[in-house]
Amino acid sequence: MTAGRKIGRPILEIDGVSLAFGGVVALQGVSFDVREHEIRAIIGPNGAGKSSMLNVINGVYHPQQGTVAFKGRRRHRVDPHEAARQGIARTFQNIALFRGMTVLDNIMTGRNLKMKSSFLQQALYWGPAKREELEHRAKVEEVIDFLEIQHIRKTPVGRLPYGLQKRVELARALAAEPELLLLDEPMAGMNLEEKQDMSRFVLDVNDQMGTSIVLIEHDMSVVMDLSDRVVVLDYGRKIADGTPDEVRNNRGVIDAYLGVAH
Amino acid sequence: MLIGGLLAGVMYSLVALGFVLIYKASGVFNFAQGAMVFFAALTTVGFISMGAPFWLAVALALLAMVALAFFTERVVLRPLVNQPQITLFMATIGLAFFIEGIAQLTWGAQVHALDLGIADEPIEWLMRNTGMNISKFDLVASGIAAALVAVLAVFFNKTRTGRALRAVADDHQAALAVGISLQRIWVIVWIVAGFVALVTGLLWGARNGVQFALTFLALKALPVLILGGFESIAGAVVGGLIVGASEKLAEVYIGPHVGGGIESWFPYVLALAFLLVRPEGLFGERRIDRV
Amino acid sequence: MLYREAGQFKTTYAADQQLFPIRQDRIGIAILLAVVFVGVPLAAETPAIAGAIDFNYWFSGVLVPFLIFSLAALGLNILTGYAGQLSLGTAAFMAVGAFAAYNFELRVPGMPTLASFILAGVVAALIGIVFGLPSLRIKGFYLAVATLAAQFFVVWALTKFGWLSNYSSSGVITAQKLVVFGYAVDTPVKRYLLVLAIVSVMALAAKNMVRSSIGRAWMAVRDMDVAAEVVGIPMMKTKLLAFAISSFYCGVAGALYAFAYLGTVEPAGFELDLSFRILFMIIVGGVGSILGSFLGAAFIVLLPIFMDLSAASIERSFGFALPAGLVSNLTLILFGALIIFFLVVEPLGLARLWQIAKEKLRLWPFPH
Repeated sequence: MTAGRKIGRPILEIDGVSLAFGGVVALQGVSFDVREHEIRAIIGPNGAGKSSMLNVINGVYHPQQGTVAFKGRRRHRVDPHEAARQGIARTFQNIALFRGMTVLDNIMTGRNLKMKSSFLQQALYWGPAKREELEHRAKVEEVIDFLEIQHIRKTPVGRLPYGLQKRVELARALAAEPELLLLDEPMAGMNLEEKQDMSRFVLDVNDQMGTSIVLIEHDMSVVMDLSDRVVVLDYGRKIADGTPDEVRNNRGVIDAYLGVAH
Repeated sequence: MLIGGLLAGVMYSLVALGFVLIYKASGVFNFAQGAMVFFAALTTVGFISMGAPFWLAVALALLAMVALAFFTERVVLRPLVNQPQITLFMATIGLAFFIEGIAQLTWGAQVHALDLGIADEPIEWLMRNTGMNISKFDLVASGIAAALVAVLAVFFNKTRTGRALRAVADDHQAALAVGISLQRIWVIVWIVAGFVALVTGLLWGARNGVQFALTFLALKALPVLILGGFESIAGAVVGGLIVGASEKLAEVYIGPHVGGGIESWFPYVLALAFLLVRPEGLFGERRIDRV
Repeated sequence: MLYREAGQFKTTYAADQQLFPIRQDRIGIAILLAVVFVGVPLAAETPAIAGAIDFNYWFSGVLVPFLIFSLAALGLNILTGYAGQLSLGTAAFMAVGAFAAYNFELRVPGMPTLASFILAGVVAALIGIVFGLPSLRIKGFYLAVATLAAQFFVVWALTKFGWLSNYSSSGVITAQKLVVFGYAVDTPVKRYLLVLAIVSVMALAAKNMVRSSIGRAWMAVRDMDVAAEVVGIPMMKTKLLAFAISSFYCGVAGALYAFAYLGTVEPAGFELDLSFRILFMIIVGGVGSILGSFLGAAFIVLLPIFMDLSAASIERSFGFALPAGLVSNLTLILFGALIIFFLVVEPLGLARLWQIAKEKLRLWPFPH
């Protein structure tokens, strides 16, 4: 399934990242990298620090120690909208759509950072503003076609069922044409059929658009099927890193999952 | 001057106390607290002017506050449960208008005097010995405020109902799960807030006359709450004192340089400056946004 | 059956993105514009009709204030309804606009009226940005305190600093004469047309903004600010722009309030009460809706007039005087009750009811 893709050099390098809230340690000296065109899974028991890791990558949290380098550029402190501008998009564990807006408008926000016209031009809806709006609409329609959500484009997202909301959230992330896509449990709460659909989309994104993907997922069969390499976190520490097969047979991972005392 | 400010601050504290009670138990920022103060005081003087003895009038006013609590729970809170805080806040603005209208419709809009039988004159003994100008009335008012705070603190920490109130404040869902009736709690807390409003209304009314301006108290309570934190009874008291004292001091020391009258906005600017430094208030709890 | 979009196919995104995608809506809005711009003034000039209706009262007492409040409500709606930042200081920004326009006309020789209105809006926008700065750190009703600070500070400053009101007592100013492109705007119908034109243009601009990227950024910040940042929407720029543009609208509304409606204003006329009234307009009309700003303004402007008229007719037909203050207190109660009613029953206000009616109409006469 993954044949034919060229996995390139590291696009994201995490080096010795530690993060704590007050006295609670969420991450402790975690290092790993993500290569171009790769699907990289992060797994671990609840509370292992997986979501915190994503939040560090796209700047929602700022780690106390360690560095994150994206496309070779090392950064100390970056704000989420900066990270988005550099080409990092993501979805959330608990859907974070803009509930008062339609599907189309939600996805259009993904392209906001590519829009250049000033508010005065937009107020007149004239010249560059109108042209830009239509160009980006066309681009968004491609994403809508890709994810097969044409029939709901004018529906307010609040009225959609859970599975479709997850898909719209992915669409919003894809609309930004990211180089790195962070997916936080994209298949949580889905039935088998929806999981298959979502897996197909994730693979297609990776395959056709060449996007690198970091994936958090609890369903092990999904993780093993989709990902090229897997990082395992437990209590904020990295306990394993490797191909799905290596990780599956790792003693520490088995212990962490089965709850054996350390 | 400072003393005068602190005593005005005691009054602010009392209003803020009403806010904190409701906020703690229901997460509602009750803009109508000022209107409730006005309503309670006006009802009392209304009954007095009809010939009722003072204590009967107070009892009847308290009864009116109880009725108001039931009404509010049924008509405003219950239908709006689980709505965003800002919606509830706006609903209480509507409630404030409603209460003000009812109060004036029932009792008329003119200023009423209220005599509690406590002389508003300086205590000569203190004046002679320390040079401080404190009126007997202010002293009694502070005493009542202190007693009220103490009673509420005991109520919250030692009684079953008080513990239930705090549980609700921490987590609505969890409180429901362990069998606490939200609706009952809300009614109770609004009754208590109504009682606080009544006390506040009587004290302020005796000092400045029972008039529409009482409703503006609600606005002064906002900076008090920001300084003290929305969830802390102690904070409400300390915040009230700070606001009362600082606005008087500002009026005396800064006022003359800019033309005076800065009491109207100084507390807000103070609160704003404070917010930028410590958004959770003096005694509030810092929250971490989770995604 | 008449209101049906079946058969109107869109072949381009431009056609799908236009202001009124349904043909019947376009016809309706064209008729509405024709009536308000041409029909109403013509009727007022026609002696037969003008004799029957007191147009001067309708223009000066109803339509002009309605339009001006619509503009202010529009301004507040941009900030509160679209960008989700609650403001209790709308009247303050109107006051800034009124006094700024007055001072520009007073102190700059040959200043055209319209230019002074625009500059008044810009001054209000700058003040709006200053008081919007705290919104970068605080939310919800904490922010309400920042806007309350604006409310009290502005009214205080306008009263205290005599220069701003040209040293008149208690800050009363009398607006200069309205002259637009050399024409004196000196009759009720002319003032109505001027206000109507300004409000129409600004409403169109607002509609355009909220359907473009800036409007989506505002709504994103409103609906979920953390997610908005992650999508790449800069919080600071988006919020401050909302404050600036909202205050611009309120500032122009304030200038019109002084110049085209009251003529003479004082800082005390821009108290908190006015801010609340405009907040009520957007709650009743529809939070986050351009149309709602107009519906809400109409409702809140007309309600007291309606109450007064009813009271007068009751007094006339039953021959006794209602107690003083009864009507104003009843209005107060009704305002309060309506706010609660709308928040509970239809949080999106009259605009949503209108939308539901249209959706029903699209299916009519078939139930589904």
